[in-house]
Amino acid sequence: MFSGFMVNTWAEASVMALVAGVVGFFVVLRGAAFAAHAIPQGAFTGAAGAALVGVNPLVGAGVFAFLGVGALARWSRHGRRDVVTALVLVSLLGVGALFLGLSTNYSQQAFSLLFGSPLAVSSSELVPTAALAAFCLALVVVLYRPLLLSSLAPELAAAASRHPGRAELGFLVAVGASTTMALPVVGALLVFSLMIGPPAAARHFADRPLVALGLSGGLALVTVWVAVWAAFESNWPVGFFVGSFAACWYIAGRAWASLRRAQLGGHRRQGRVGLPW
Amino acid sequence: MSWYHAVFAPGLFANPAVQQAALVAVVVAAVCGPVGTFTVVRSQSFAGHALADVTSTGGSAALLLGLSPLLGFVAFGLGAAGAMEVAGTHRRQGRDLATGIVLGAALGLSALLLYLTTTSQSSSGAVVSVLFGSIFAVSRPTVELAAGVGAAALALVGLSYRPLLLSSVNPDLAAAQGTPVRWVGAAYMAALALAVALSALTIGAILSTALLIGPAAAALQVTRSPGRAMVAASATALTSSWVAIVLAYDSYDWPPSHQGWPVSFFVVGLVLAAYLLARWLAGRRLRAPRAARALAGGRGAGLGGR
Repeated sequence: MFSGFMVNTWAEASVMALVAGVVGFFVVLRGAAFAAHAIPQGAFTGAAGAALVGVNPLVGAGVFAFLGVGALARWSRHGRRDVVTALVLVSLLGVGALFLGLSTNYSQQAFSLLFGSPLAVSSSELVPTAALAAFCLALVVVLYRPLLLSSLAPELAAAASRHPGRAELGFLVAVGASTTMALPVVGALLVFSLMIGPPAAARHFADRPLVALGLSGGLALVTVWVAVWAAFESNWPVGFFVGSFAACWYIAGRAWASLRRAQLGGHRRQGRVGLPW
Repeated sequence: MSWYHAVFAPGLFANPAVQQAALVAVVVAAVCGPVGTFTVVRSQSFAGHALADVTSTGGSAALLLGLSPLLGFVAFGLGAAGAMEVAGTHRRQGRDLATGIVLGAALGLSALLLYLTTTSQSSSGAVVSVLFGSIFAVSRPTVELAAGVGAAALALVGLSYRPLLLSSVNPDLAAAQGTPVRWVGAAYMAALALAVALSALTIGAILSTALLIGPAAAALQVTRSPGRAMVAASATALTSSWVAIVLAYDSYDWPPSHQGWPVSFFVVGLVLAAYLLARWLAGRRLRAPRAARALAGGRGAGLGGR
């Protein structure tokens, strides 16, 4: 399972998981799981449209992911964020339904775009993946402090920054780029599982944000490696394993947190326990 | 009369599939208006959408086991609503994450079930039909069962109407007055699960979110009275669905392939247009002089659509 085409799969999956774990840390911190769910589905629409027109699916996915990001950033400034996210999501999916309805012989491709096909990664896909990964990580490094501030203390960040919307936009762009990249491997429906499961556990395991960020990337890597291995062995869809492991991480994080709370119960006031999330 | 036939293609009203679809639209719109309004007021859109995806997992399970799809939809919907309630969607903090985790686990299961279905029965169209649905492909007994499920959802909302409204608008005040906020929230989640199961079964998971959230969000932009918002939301949902059905029927003559455009595309487009129109109207009203605004929207304590 480490020979030939599987090498591409391992490389692609590792890069993607690392980026998803790092970007996902902010998804969890900002409570943006719905946006992280909506943007990949927009990317799915783009990939379906690209298949209809006959261009590279990655290009279509990227274009539609950024359309979704733009709409989210533009509309959620005036209006309820969850309502706007839901409407952007259904609009993109409605167009996706049109693309699927217009193309013939679509269902097999739709399945692999929705649920991922990690065993079909070609070496020509590795270069754009690496470029997008570098872009995402650079964005997170540049925006690290404003993002952290606006995640933990939104009012303070709004007061301190001259462009409070800029961190949010940068964050959404990072989510869009990382989902575009992950679409061929994990599929549109489960990219966001990878983005929220490992960070949900990591934020309970570590006290300092930078440690939690690194841990989140590490846990995402482990998740994807085990998921790809299990998918290879069982021939079941990789998305099933990613979704289940994400739920396991979440439960493990909650259990760890309540265990620590019970241990520290008597002298909780003596020191700071964890970040103020 | 040529323009009439251009809009209402010959045979439209006599077509049994169209009649059936129009009937389904009435049931779905009647349920989605009230439940959707509460969903928007409680900021539970993500839960509403997640439940739609989860119930379609139930659809795949029923497909695999050869059971009635409605059973799968309702069982998975209620199960997921329970899981979200246990995981903590009643608290605003972390609700988004808990919803996402339940959704991710259910979607993973859905991937597995659809994979097992397609390998055992070689029906790869199942994916698309479960996720994207078709309002034209609903059978008569399913409509009757769906109407029963819808009535149950409306009854849940109706029975807990006053406490539900209070605990949605101001949970602290409701708790101080002795309203069992937790139980009211659980009843609401059950109603949401039933409403979503009903609409996801008949019109697909995508449309279900569009009809649940879009009309209610549009209605809450232009009115502040909860009762009026619910009626307006139902009317918007019904109008969008009916116009979409007519357009989808007409689209069989459209390019490129003469096989019809999906009805979900039209519904989503119309619902989005209604929401944007309502936002524009609300924005215009905000810019109007203060006296006019007081006349237009100053009656009683409203819900605050924005």
